[in-house]
Amino acid sequence: MGKTFAEKILASKAGLSEVQAGQIVTVEPDIIMSHDNSAAISKTFAKIEVEKVWNPDKIVIVLDHVVPAANETHAKNHQTIREFVAKQSIKHFHDIGIGVCHEVLPEKGHVVPGTLILGSDSHTTTYGAFGAFAAGIGRSETAAIWATGKLWLKVPHTFKIVISGTFPARVGAKDLILHIIGTLGADGADYRAVEYTGPTVSAMSIDDRIVMSNMALEMGAKAGIVEVDEKTAAWLAPRGVKDYQIIRADKDARYERVLEFTVDQLEPQLACPHRVDNVVPVDKKAGITLNQILLGTCTNGRLSDLRTAADILKGRTIARGVRMLVLPASMEVYLEALNSGVLATLIRAGAVVCNPGCGPCLGAHQGALAPGEVCLSTSNRNFKGRMGCRDAEIYLASPATAAASALTGRITDPREID
Amino acid sequence: MKEIISGHVWKFGDDINTDVIFPGKYTYTISDPAEMAQHAMEDAEPRFAKEVQTGDLIVAGKNFGCGSSREQAATCLKAAGIGAVVAKSFARIYFRNAINLGLPIIQCPEVVQHVEAGDELTIKFGKGIIIHKGVQYSFPPLPESVMAILDSGGLIPHVRKKLGRS
Ligand code: SF4
Repeated sequence: MGKTFAEKILASKAGLSEVQAGQIVTVEPDIIMSHDNSAAISKTFAKIEVEKVWNPDKIVIVLDHVVPAANETHAKNHQTIREFVAKQSIKHFHDIGIGVCHEVLPEKGHVVPGTLILGSDSHTTTYGAFGAFAAGIGRSETAAIWATGKLWLKVPHTFKIVISGTFPARVGAKDLILHIIGTLGADGADYRAVEYTGPTVSAMSIDDRIVMSNMALEMGAKAGIVEVDEKTAAWLAPRGVKDYQIIRADKDARYERVLEFTVDQLEPQLACPHRVDNVVPVDKKAGITLNQILLGTCTNGRLSDLRTAADILKGRTIARGVRMLVLPASMEVYLEALNSGVLATLIRAGAVVCNPGCGPCLGAHQGALAPGEVCLSTSNRNFKGRMGCRDAEIYLASPATAAASALTGRITDPREID
Repeated sequence: MKEIISGHVWKFGDDINTDVIFPGKYTYTISDPAEMAQHAMEDAEPRFAKEVQTGDLIVAGKNFGCGSSREQAATCLKAAGIGAVVAKSFARIYFRNAINLGLPIIQCPEVVQHVEAGDELTIKFGKGIIIHKGVQYSFPPLPESVMAILDSGGLIPHVRKKLGRS
């Protein structure tokens, strides 16, 4: 019987000839990522009483969650991290302004196909878009890896999701993944690896594959994998990632479930408060008045996302009464959007462009919501309280829906704007 | 770890996520577990933090702890004195975090549907048994390597032990 991607890569990382789903293995990650939570992790690390981290070159730290520091507490966090980084000679440190970890890691060449990446952030699944096995873990686990280089993992069962068809205009990867999560439920793929495959995935840009892998977590998945192809190679090569081993699932691999989706008739989708799996077509909720729009985050803050919004907003202005925040996912995206005129278009339309980072996505600073307010966001999570206020409502949608809704100030199907 | 855990139940529904267990806005501002406990379950049940008693249990539906990887969502419950969390199922990272922080966590869908808020439960961890109103329910034991972490009181004490630090 053939093996899934997860079984193959975890066997190789555990130094075993083969493993089976359900088995617990001890592995050493190729990269361990953490962000602003590195301050807390460094305190846990200190409790282990190991002087030096096991391998400073495998540790990547990105400051992105509350950047620049919103107040003294956050500033002290950042200070603790900078001191730790210096003391431990961690060279892969990306200070404020470089971008959101899940965009920065691939951009800076830390994401290599066929490797094992663990991250102290749930959306670490993002790197599966490049054929890496990438999963989120907790802070104590990260501290334990810093100290020992090792962690236990359960080899997950795998769902294969086969996607075919061509997206209609103004419908894309975000609508598809919301539809899949709505169909499977928030725990539909709990503890499973998901392999995305089929002609639609092959046809997708890297930016869109990232959306699929990023949001795999929102159906509970441990990893969301896309097979490496020439597009992956072309994207990675300029980032210095050239030599790697490509791991592919066997043709006769044993999958727990095989699911098929077709996108030809897919409509723009919306996740309604307060659950990511509470998904309906946008036109079911069209007309709901919005106070804020957020375009950005590790899900949809890439150049193609900003461009999609700019194409809709070009030469127009957003509605009175609605605020539109734009957070490019990284400095690289920011610069490209600046140089190509995308940012100017968005600013002229009335958007507020913030520095790269997570910003309002987690409700810690930059654009928190007030009680009774309604936000439409391109991010990946709409839980109660997520954007800083438990009495606010968050809808999740694509960049096209965000831009169309900014124009009208109400939830709007992007196909209705010419 | 205590072999027998007994306590009164706080009951929650399905898909209780980490944001309602411990709001994201506090993740970088609160680092003291006792203070975390004051915000435990804040957006799910505002009475919880005020009224929870040491030794109380949480019983919840499916996918408990979905959402963020924030460990505080387990730390705050442990600091609030919760003896164990019993649910129909757990989100993956929450399951790991709870074990790694030494918070006993039990998947037992059968018992959940019969339990109501305020009921008393007795859990015999090693035996894999939960007793509710005289009825016994069994749950699968955790793998040995995972049990060893809980027994050490969490991953950090476990790692220290292995490194000969304690
Ligand atoms: S952008 Fe939002 S979801 Fe992504 S890493 Fe930052 S806080 Fe998490």
